[in-house]
Amino acid sequence: MQTVTSPDVIDQMTPVPFRVRSVREELSHTFTLELEPPDGEFEFLPGQFTMVYAFGIGEVPISISSSSADRSTILQTIRRTGAVTHALGQLKSGDYVGIRGPYGTPWPMDEIKGRDLLIIGGGIGLAPLRPAIYHALENRKDYERVVVLYGTRTPNEILFAEELANWGARTDCTTMITVDAADRGWNGAVGVVTRLIGRVGFDATNTTALVCGPEIMMTVTAERLMEGHSMAPENIYITMERNMKCAIGVCGHCQFGGKFICTDGAVFPYPEVGELFEVKGV
Amino acid sequence: MTEGALVETLAAHDFFAGLSPDSLASLAAIAEKVEMEPHKMIFEEGGHADAAYAIVDGSVALEMNMAHRAHHIVQTLHRGEMLGWGWLFPPHRWAFSALALDATQLIRFEAGQMRSLWDEDCAFGYEMMKRFAHVMTDRLAATRLQLVDFYADRY
Repeated sequence: MQTVTSPDVIDQMTPVPFRVRSVREELSHTFTLELEPPDGEFEFLPGQFTMVYAFGIGEVPISISSSSADRSTILQTIRRTGAVTHALGQLKSGDYVGIRGPYGTPWPMDEIKGRDLLIIGGGIGLAPLRPAIYHALENRKDYERVVVLYGTRTPNEILFAEELANWGARTDCTTMITVDAADRGWNGAVGVVTRLIGRVGFDATNTTALVCGPEIMMTVTAERLMEGHSMAPENIYITMERNMKCAIGVCGHCQFGGKFICTDGAVFPYPEVGELFEVKGV
Repeated sequence: MTEGALVETLAAHDFFAGLSPDSLASLAAIAEKVEMEPHKMIFEEGGHADAAYAIVDGSVALEMNMAHRAHHIVQTLHRGEMLGWGWLFPPHRWAFSALALDATQLIRFEAGQMRSLWDEDCAFGYEMMKRFAHVMTDRLAATRLQLVDFYADRY
């Protein structure tokens, strides 16, 4: 049995210093840290997260947003929402952060080989999905159709806009973007992301959906896929977020019903957590 | 476009899917095909709502004009969707302006004839009203999600 004082736990709770190679401002409140592992290599799977420590301030769970094929650096895309993320946003090239991980379950990229992928992101939820998109495009023959649907508030808040445009320009990747509100400078779709689902057309029996965004967005998206398009719940995967502290299933901060988000997730097949979305206060 | 071609176009449109051949023929008899160039207004907010439109191809922006923000797009509609229901209820005014975003093909139904068709055949009218109610609830649900800030921080 693991206890909080066991050597294993202490080892896993010790951050490793990663050097900040660059800081990229993505949006007004969102930035990406490019981090170098101390021994030059860091292995992870698409969908996993790390605990990022701003020295002297605190630690936050952040999904990795880079390609798992590139082990020399990792990208972590962060929104400034509190003391720790604001401190991380002040970092400069050459500074250091503490990293623990990688943690959590990955997107099921091996299990879904040979299927169509419907990847649906909302807001900053595109960041945890980006490694899955990279993986699908880097291993394009392993998957049938690849569709990326992305929704956000306004045209000024499109995360990874350049890459979305590049993916959309490919002949082997369908990409659609929608925003909640715009003016005539925007020539794309306006409306919530679920309205894009009906426009792409897909074979629900051979499609797996990977969904990430705020919980209400994931709930409504899953409902639309199941009720509107007869997609089986087990073919829908979502990634959850909670206030993780230990990230190794010891402290219980991220408990969600009978699950620990940090070790049982953060990526879940929808049937494992779907019912909990309907329970108030969980 | 001939009436036969209009029937085929309507039968292939999501909104009219599954209607009987007689119903499709009745609709085709009061329908006309309209081609809109990109960035052309289809109708203006506050104007007389004199027609129903089915989008056959292309995209349409629904706009609101506000004092501080002209041409605010609240939603876009696309192939297979219906455009506008201001013609259904008095005072028959458009709540939004409709702008073709790209080359857009529409089927236009004159509003008075459409209402008469429904009144004359109540079963058909009820079927059509159910379909419009579905469109309205779907768009109301989407609007509610926009109101709750769908893409706010993750939890």
